Amino acid sequence: MSQRLYTVIGTRPVRHDGADKVTGRAQFGADIRLPGMLYGHVLRSPHPHARIRRIDVAKAEAFPGVLAVVTAADLPEGPDRLLELVEGTLPLSYVRANVLARDKVLYKGHAVAAVAAVSPHVAEEAAALIEVDYEPLPAVLDVLEAMREDAPLLHPDLRMREFGEPTGKPSNVADHFRHLLGDPEQGFREAELIIEREFRTVMVHQGYLEPQNATALWNQDGRVYVWTSTQGAFSAREAIAWVLELPVSRLCVAPMEVGGAFGGKIRIYLEPVAALLSKKAGRPVKIVMPRRDVFEATGPTPGTCIRVRLGTRRDGRITAAQVWMAYETGAFPSGQCGFGALCILAPYDIPNVLIDGYDVVVNKPSTAPYRAPGATQAAFAAESVVDELAERLGMDPIEFRLMNAAREGTRRADGLKYPRIGCVEVLEAMRNHPHYRAALEGPHRGRGVAMGYWFNIGWYSSCTISVNPDGTVNLVEGSVDLSGTRTSIAMQAAEALGLRADQVHPRVADTDSIGPTAVTGGSRTTFATGWAAWEAAQDVIRQMKERAALLWEIGPDQVEFEGGVFRSGERSMRFEELAARLEETGGPVVGRGTVNPSSAGGSFAGAIADVEVDPETGKVNLLRFTSVQDAGTAIHPGAVEGQMQGGSAQGIGWALNEEYHLSPEGTMLNSSLLDYREPTALDLPPLETVIVETPEPDHPFGVRGVGEANIVPPPAAIANAIYRAIGVRLRRLPMKPSAVMEALWSKER
Amino acid sequence: MPTVFIPPALQALTGGRASLEVEGGTVRELLDNLEQAWPGLRERLAEGDRLRPHVRVAVDGKVSMLGLLERVGPGSEVHFVAAVSGG
Repeated sequence: MSQRLYTVIGTRPVRHDGADKVTGRAQFGADIRLPGMLYGHVLRSPHPHARIRRIDVAKAEAFPGVLAVVTAADLPEGPDRLLELVEGTLPLSYVRANVLARDKVLYKGHAVAAVAAVSPHVAEEAAALIEVDYEPLPAVLDVLEAMREDAPLLHPDLRMREFGEPTGKPSNVADHFRHLLGDPEQGFREAELIIEREFRTVMVHQGYLEPQNATALWNQDGRVYVWTSTQGAFSAREAIAWVLELPVSRLCVAPMEVGGAFGGKIRIYLEPVAALLSKKAGRPVKIVMPRRDVFEATGPTPGTCIRVRLGTRRDGRITAAQVWMAYETGAFPSGQCGFGALCILAPYDIPNVLIDGYDVVVNKPSTAPYRAPGATQAAFAAESVVDELAERLGMDPIEFRLMNAAREGTRRADGLKYPRIGCVEVLEAMRNHPHYRAALEGPHRGRGVAMGYWFNIGWYSSCTISVNPDGTVNLVEGSVDLSGTRTSIAMQAAEALGLRADQVHPRVADTDSIGPTAVTGGSRTTFATGWAAWEAAQDVIRQMKERAALLWEIGPDQVEFEGGVFRSGERSMRFEELAARLEETGGPVVGRGTVNPSSAGGSFAGAIADVEVDPETGKVNLLRFTSVQDAGTAIHPGAVEGQMQGGSAQGIGWALNEEYHLSPEGTMLNSSLLDYREPTALDLPPLETVIVETPEPDHPFGVRGVGEANIVPPPAAIANAIYRAIGVRLRRLPMKPSAVMEALWSKER
Repeated sequence: MPTVFIPPALQALTGGRASLEVEGGTVRELLDNLEQAWPGLRERLAEGDRLRPHVRVAVDGKVSMLGLLERVGPGSEVHFVAAVSGG
């Protein structure tokens, strides 16, 4: 934990949004009420793959209480182009086609049309009157089946891309990429022990409680206002503008409070539909997704097939790795396999590496980022093989990992050298933790460990700080607050200005009211927007020094500032004293800060899991769980621990229970939170946390993002624990009771 | 001279070479000079005066937000990598 280098950083102040959240006053998207507001309902495809022959909306339009009906015919049809989205690049035509299907539906739940009416029930009833003539087509639901040459094609124009260039003939394989380091063949020749295994994971959802929602007003002056639950107001503004072919300045996006997102609320779904309905109806329109639509029609995370081959010498040094990985991207390309490929071996210094990755479209919802997108599936595979190697070599699994751990200067699979990282520090913290040293006795019990990594990103952020006469400051920021980042950003401004955290009043602004700021995603917000707040604070300090100099009749360069006090020689003035004299020294002081760092220092996380397996039922009970993560510098340790516990809980659910149960026809059979089995408090032991601090070298306070790496190691750690409990290695997620029983029966046979 | 690492997918354009030493003080100059020796490489990485949308450039281990405008030093390592974000 932090040495006390700082006054505010490292403390645990009450969150600035705490009172509004616990009293129910916080405004979420569904809370929006506007004069004359209508309610929208989206009609969705009952087929996973079908051609749309005809859509007849006449009966719906004639239904009493209906003011507008829209289909893809209402979307602009401008020229196609490649868009840079947060999770990769995608043709505009695909983005539009996911908003409202034009010629084909590509998954069950694909949006086809929408109705705006005086009540949600009227809208739903009217939507059912829309007649859609479908020609059902064969669907492909599995990544390996979709890669077959004779598989039904989702997109007749899709060709496999290699480093952005289309190759070959039409295929469901959207992307192939390769990473090559050293000489893998030679590396395997040097190996004395080689293990190769195949792993499968299935589609899972982020599982946020608040459904997607959007309210839009297409104003009579041509401006379009959107209130939505989004991770990024500016990225939403840009995407809506693309889809509707509007200049971004015609749009104002107001980000509402977010009831969970985890990567799933970066893409747009309802916003352009609500805007089109509003344009037709001349009134504001609100749409809130039913839970079933959230599961069936937003962006879950890909199912995968991953093959890992690792070779070591007898002394434990890994000499070579080969990985083949295929991710199902859903109906449209998503690029998550590329992320997984760079994470799968990230904790290790391996001189010879070959990774081939494939993104493959299937007739399922278009996938979206989910907390360290692509990395958890990858770590489940690699960390299981690493564990098996350690066991076969008779080595302690953490010592084996330490022997091969990545360090500053180690080359990643794509050839880049790591800057200062905390991989070794995390492993040492795991090894030294009382949990790892505690005895674990009793039948059918086992302990497993695993490592995980996420890059973290930088990107652009903007903040302004205005000084109040009472010595407090107002901080306006563009980052949507998903997890208490108002406070973690405010604390960095407070530290710089020598104020208490509660003397900084943070506010998340709409896109008309603050400079551009990238999404709250990629674990970037506390890092990048905190940095922007620090820059804004420096601007405030510079201006305040000029005011002090004016009062003291000296030059600004003769004024120093430290710990909230301006000084020059014997003279001094506290920040609040000077704030009270701004009017007489030149008027308001407003500081501005903008940053655009390329990348945040990556974060490593480790997990230690103790399980007990019931050999009669196959149920896995988690007895104890410890998450260890490098936070760089923990701004608000309570918030960091919350991230670690949240990511761990999601990783545990992914490991043991969660999955899309699909019928052979491609219909999700468990599209409710009763049937989609997320872990509850009753399923989890207390989740212990250990914050490691290896400061990020570029950030003013050494911050690393902490939002994602924590979800990566739990499935592998639990799989390794199950092996030690019952002697069976599970290589398919989820490791549900039936899977455990089948593995036990196979072992007995 | 800076060293440019060629992505495996593009090594067919460089006669199988995985890395090349190239003169230049910016990424743009490196690409222009590479194009002289290895025609076709530039268009796979850049469109006019910008990197292609899916491509990022990393100089000395840091992914740059400046793209072709990024400066490089005499001993710099330059990698062209796929864009990465997160959830």
